[in-house]
Amino acid sequence: MIRVFVQAAPIDVGAEIDLHDAGGHGASASFIGRVRGDAGLTELFLEHHPAMTEAGLASLAHAAADRWKLGALTLIHRVGSMTPGETIVLVLASSRHRAEALAACEYLIDRLKTDVMLWKRESFADGRIAWVEEREDDRDRAARWE
Amino acid sequence: MRIELAYFAWVRERMGTPGETVELPPAIADVAALLGWLAARDERGAATFADPHRIRAAIDGALAGPDAPLAGVREVALFPPVTGG
Repeated sequence: MIRVFVQAAPIDVGAEIDLHDAGGHGASASFIGRVRGDAGLTELFLEHHPAMTEAGLASLAHAAADRWKLGALTLIHRVGSMTPGETIVLVLASSRHRAEALAACEYLIDRLKTDVMLWKRESFADGRIAWVEEREDDRDRAARWE
Repeated sequence: MRIELAYFAWVRERMGTPGETVELPPAIADVAALLGWLAARDERGAATFADPHRIRAAIDGALAGPDAPLAGVREVALFPPVTGG
């Protein structure tokens, strides 16, 4: 089963792992992206598009499920205001064997950084506020899957 | 031609609004021309769209390149490169 959510509420990783139906699939891999508190960061704000963000995540999820024959996939991205340590994104992928689940996780996190309508804005303790710039390294990693 | 524009992230902040309805001259036929028209329209547009290489677009919910045509389009979203994950 494919589960895709865009949500402002905190992601309960433990509860999502329980809800992710890995029954009988043998191998489950996970990726958890969290807010880093370095450089005095006090808030991370994620802006999204009301329709295209979830559609973009769903499109990637279906592509991954087809490519790696996944038995179950959970893809949840948080939006709105977050503080250091909070979970931004959760990927859970299950397949018969580990290689497919691990590859699907890596594909999803690489591609959602370049393909999905989400924008990060950082606020710092010294009052500075800045939109995050796209990183060449992220583009290169995403291009590996084409 | 009348279309809806939607702005996101620093494009929204610099334009001072999440969106607007504009009446485009017939000569503005694609995304690149739209960005040029907005940049020439006023100071906010100039500050936001002076460097069109930093802007991405989506037409009616689908990502679109600079030469994507605007004929028959309802909404154009304009935004910086995405940075989720």
